[in-house]
Amino acid sequence: MDFLNAIVALSNFVLIPAIAYGSQLALGALGVTLIYGILRFSNFAHGDTMAFGTMVVVLFTWWFQSMGITFGPLPTALLALPFGIIACALLIVGTDRVVYRFYREQKAKPMILVIASMGVMFIMNGLVRFIIGPNDQRFADGERFIISARDFKEMTGLREGLAIKTTQGITVVVAVIAVALLFWFLNRTRTGKSMRAYSDNEDLALLSGINPERVVLYTWLIVAALATVAGTLYGLDKTFKPFTYFQLLLPIFASAIVGGLGSPLGAIAGGFVIAFSEVTITYAWKKVLGYLLPDSLAPDGLVQLLSTDYKFAVSFAILVIVLLFKPTGLFKGKAV
Amino acid sequence: MNDMMKKTGLFAIVGLMIVLTGFMQSWNTALQILNMGLISAIMALGVNLQWGFAGLFNVGIMGFVALGGLATVLVSTDPIPEAWSAGGFRILLALVLGAATVVAAVLAHTRMAPGKARALAVLAILIAGFFLYRGVFDPAVGAVEAINSASAGNIGGLGLPVLLAWPVGGLLAAGGAWVIGKTALGLRSDYLAIATMGIAEIIIAVMKNEDWLARGVKNVIGLPRPVPYEVDLQASPAFVERAAGLGLDATTASTLWVKLLYAALFTVVLLILLWMVQRALHSPWGRMMRAIRDNEAAAEAMGKDVTRRHLQVFILGSAICGIAGAMMTTLDGQLTPGTYQPLRFTFLIWVMVIVGGSGNNIGSVLGGFLIWFLWVQVEPLGQWLMQLITFGMAEDSALKAHLLDSTAHMRLLTMGLVLLLVLRFSPRGLIPEK
Repeated sequence: MDFLNAIVALSNFVLIPAIAYGSQLALGALGVTLIYGILRFSNFAHGDTMAFGTMVVVLFTWWFQSMGITFGPLPTALLALPFGIIACALLIVGTDRVVYRFYREQKAKPMILVIASMGVMFIMNGLVRFIIGPNDQRFADGERFIISARDFKEMTGLREGLAIKTTQGITVVVAVIAVALLFWFLNRTRTGKSMRAYSDNEDLALLSGINPERVVLYTWLIVAALATVAGTLYGLDKTFKPFTYFQLLLPIFASAIVGGLGSPLGAIAGGFVIAFSEVTITYAWKKVLGYLLPDSLAPDGLVQLLSTDYKFAVSFAILVIVLLFKPTGLFKGKAV
Repeated sequence: MNDMMKKTGLFAIVGLMIVLTGFMQSWNTALQILNMGLISAIMALGVNLQWGFAGLFNVGIMGFVALGGLATVLVSTDPIPEAWSAGGFRILLALVLGAATVVAAVLAHTRMAPGKARALAVLAILIAGFFLYRGVFDPAVGAVEAINSASAGNIGGLGLPVLLAWPVGGLLAAGGAWVIGKTALGLRSDYLAIATMGIAEIIIAVMKNEDWLARGVKNVIGLPRPVPYEVDLQASPAFVERAAGLGLDATTASTLWVKLLYAALFTVVLLILLWMVQRALHSPWGRMMRAIRDNEAAAEAMGKDVTRRHLQVFILGSAICGIAGAMMTTLDGQLTPGTYQPLRFTFLIWVMVIVGGSGNNIGSVLGGFLIWFLWVQVEPLGQWLMQLITFGMAEDSALKAHLLDSTAHMRLLTMGLVLLLVLRFSPRGLIPEK
């Protein structure tokens, strides 16, 4: 019984949150890694792109709610998602036309593009704060739980409860759908194949008649969709606050680099590696160990390796360890 | 128009804008802008050393600035002997143990033959070291933080003159830069960027959470100052008399005088550092750095140790940022770890360097002043602009209220716009590298 309790406590506090967080990071990291693969620069504006897309979703959600449109037990935000993706796509394709295309034509060094993305980051950050303000916004509605802790306890008679929030369930389902669509697109469609060809070898791709502007356009559209979905899922799961999204840049980049920049599969693996290490290292293991160990050995303290305030340190430490031992990431990334 | 005239002209324009602020708003505001402009210029010099000279992409400036601020507290506040007898030395011991663990693990990794035995040994050393460290560290921290926690709860400082904190801030930042440089330099530029960004966040997290060090988010206030206090000046008959002679009341005169003294101190530091980096730029060392920046492979073929040079310039640039950080904390008179934000302390400095002209020290100084001026003044300007735009709107319109409330966020938009415009139309900055 104690063993079961330990497993339930572990799932409740570590596994399920980490899977949800990992899916969100993976979606964010996929965006970063696609931009890196096709456009060949690290996009510092990615966190704020996510924030912008999510902001539009939040605004549409509020509008729908005020008109009385809901999505039954599911959050209304899912209905608003397509509108957020469209707005985000318009914004970043516009940004590409106004900012990045010039440097692409000039064949500027990647670092110049990174600095340009810093400028874009400032503008998007300002834009989001200008429109919706810098504060926390809640926009989740519908059923809160798929299983609540109390129901689970009554059902199983265990002492530990297992709660699965609707948002966590949706996160995983939506992430799986998004990733399946992305891989189908990259592996099966003509445009997807030309994108991969362009990413692998630009010169060869150009020689075989692939239109680079088309590849870039599709990349931005996919990135807009991924960023908005990632941002909305994160916002539903926690709350929407522009500054938090800016800070997500670090774990997202860590995920993409750990997986190997430019490798979509790596981005997903990296997202889960980072999420699981963050959650396990900052979790207080007292409860789980208390069930597993005999009473005489039960720990006195919280058995928390690091306080939750140091979660950045965890992503960073994982990043450094991977880079020292496998400089191109877990899945061979590319080096520009 | 020759080069010298252009430089002088640009500086004159910025100077004029600050003077205009003095006439139109207040001289206190103008001097505040000047003081922070001086500090910003020093930070920009540090970043220019890394990016302009050597092409190193450091996005962790905030961390080095914060380390400088920490130095101010550790050097200038009064010592707390009770804290030291309660656990201060045990904390030091724990830190030494932690460092020894890392060194032992690195040694084991380099000395032992690759294989399972090595991996296990390294892992064992790390795990044992971690628990040993926590075993010594946690009770000691508890003991220190229990002492007089409402006003102290930290290990205090050395009680030395605050001016000494400035070079110490530089040293502390240099130490941090050495650690990060040792691990991340030699990796690709993107990785260095993310690594520095990470370390900056970690430094801020440590300063926020380790209350024993500098009270964390409880802040340290009332730091000693290198200049007299306003109240003392107002109490001094000689000063009041002199102020009256200039036609000023004692309160205004004392605030202005204090700010002027700070400005003088900062100018001295800026001039010394500027002289040093200018000499460095025109020395063989500076030429070597630029050669490495422009073509690493060629420089390496010429026998230059690229990684070593990068580490050197990375440490020097970070040290300058640390000095600036210590100066800023001294000017504020308090250390508030919660206020360190990457947009303000990392990316804004980048805007200064790019706009001023990367690779050119004078340009960076100009960028520091100009961008800081804009950062401060965009808000009142935005307020005025918004009032103009919303002039025709109904008094009670929600949009009008929202627009007027949001002017504070105009400065981020403006900074982004300035950066993109300069990067597009004058990619080498206002005063380009020769």
